[in-house]
Amino acid sequence: MPYDQTLVEKRDYSLTGPSSRRAIELGLASAEWYHSEIPRKVMRELMARSDQPALRDTVIWLGLLVLTGWGGVHFWGSWACVPFFFVYGVLYGSCCDSRWHEASHGTAFRTGWMNDVVYHIASFMVMRNPVNWRWSHARHHTDTIIVGRDAEIAFMHPTNIWMKLQAFISPIDAWQSLKVLARNALGNMSADERTYIPASELPKAVFWARVHMAIYLATLLAAPWMRSILPFMLIGLPRLYGCWHMYMTGLIQHGGLAEDVVDHRLNSRTCYMNPISRWIYWNMNYHVEHHMFPMVPYHALPRLHALIKDDLPPPCRSIWAAYAEMVPAVLRQRHEKGYFLRKDLPPTARPYREDLHQDVPDRSGMRA
Amino acid sequence: MTWITACSVDDIDPEDVLRFDHGGRTYAIYRDLKGEFFATDGLCSHEQVHLCDGLVMGDQIECPKHNGRFNYKTGAAMRAPVCINLKTWPTRVSDDVVEIEVI
Ligand code: FES
Repeated sequence: MPYDQTLVEKRDYSLTGPSSRRAIELGLASAEWYHSEIPRKVMRELMARSDQPALRDTVIWLGLLVLTGWGGVHFWGSWACVPFFFVYGVLYGSCCDSRWHEASHGTAFRTGWMNDVVYHIASFMVMRNPVNWRWSHARHHTDTIIVGRDAEIAFMHPTNIWMKLQAFISPIDAWQSLKVLARNALGNMSADERTYIPASELPKAVFWARVHMAIYLATLLAAPWMRSILPFMLIGLPRLYGCWHMYMTGLIQHGGLAEDVVDHRLNSRTCYMNPISRWIYWNMNYHVEHHMFPMVPYHALPRLHALIKDDLPPPCRSIWAAYAEMVPAVLRQRHEKGYFLRKDLPPTARPYREDLHQDVPDRSGMRA
Repeated sequence: MTWITACSVDDIDPEDVLRFDHGGRTYAIYRDLKGEFFATDGLCSHEQVHLCDGLVMGDQIECPKHNGRFNYKTGAAMRAPVCINLKTWPTRVSDDVVEIEVI
């Protein structure tokens, strides 16, 4: 059969349009989701909070940031600064996302203020308004990849491949994020933002946007004063030159998988990774597990995975393997409406909850 | 207001929570580390998720959906995304049975 090059019709991903109304009508909004069975006693152990693992990781993270930042400044003007900025960039532009994420759940530390401190540092690094994103992420967990409800869908059909490629250095994404911060700093909140942020929180969103913009303004003033872009190499630019790891791991969370389903086994991906990537990513490679049980801290996710893996699709064996299955699926989704990568479950697993997502047609095998 | 039997004291571990349904309502019954019992509405005020699947830490219950927190002794909302306080219900223990006073 000749390959159909026609792109699928653009879906409406706004949170205020027809997709949103459709999701609500179909009962996909705030729906009951599938969960693997875990005895309450075991679950309590898994959920238990501790300051120690995140304190250790945060001391290493901030210590390495200072060390590599110092090295980059010290060797500035010679090639020797490159490895320092390479590491500094990943610590800033990629670790920020995982730290932001875990602290936003309040699961990184047992002590609340420690979560808040890390949350605000990481939000600044990742160029996210800490208030907006706390609420959008809550929505992402309520309505994961439900079109018209989830504000954090990375693959909007038909996927723009160029946009996905540029994400690895992120100029457009960072520019859009800065524009949102600038808009919020001027007191302007969009209609979409108002759908998931309660009115009582809007002044806080404006306040934090102003704090972020003030730091960027100070950096902007420091650069000509020092006659150097060095201030930007330390603040702001690492979000571009160091974000590749964040996108490399982030894109595989849901890419090529289903939309509008209420079983995380169908719309999220678990993938084994090397220990360095897992440290940078704070174990979010166990992504199905995280979505099913967001109360489990990052350091307990490997244990959770071991407990429920027989109820989940087999994990990808590496980042490479995840891309090998995701890229063809994403390309196919550009041309074939309703297609998604549907993984076989092991015989030990409970079947997918078909009754909960009849609205998405099963197109597997259509182009076989 | 009437006192009704919710559970036996041994049904809840210290620093844990149990779901109790009665008269078309759902409640969450808590036992703190000192062995005292407390009760609140059973659904989170954010998105109506059962709190019985959450985590009790000290005086707080963390909701299993978005990690919002309440003080279960006062019902106060303590951590976003919860903003609305929980209703609390009086409890008492007699003969190793936990009772709550409901409407
Ligand atoms: S449902 Fe409880 S915090 Fe959102």
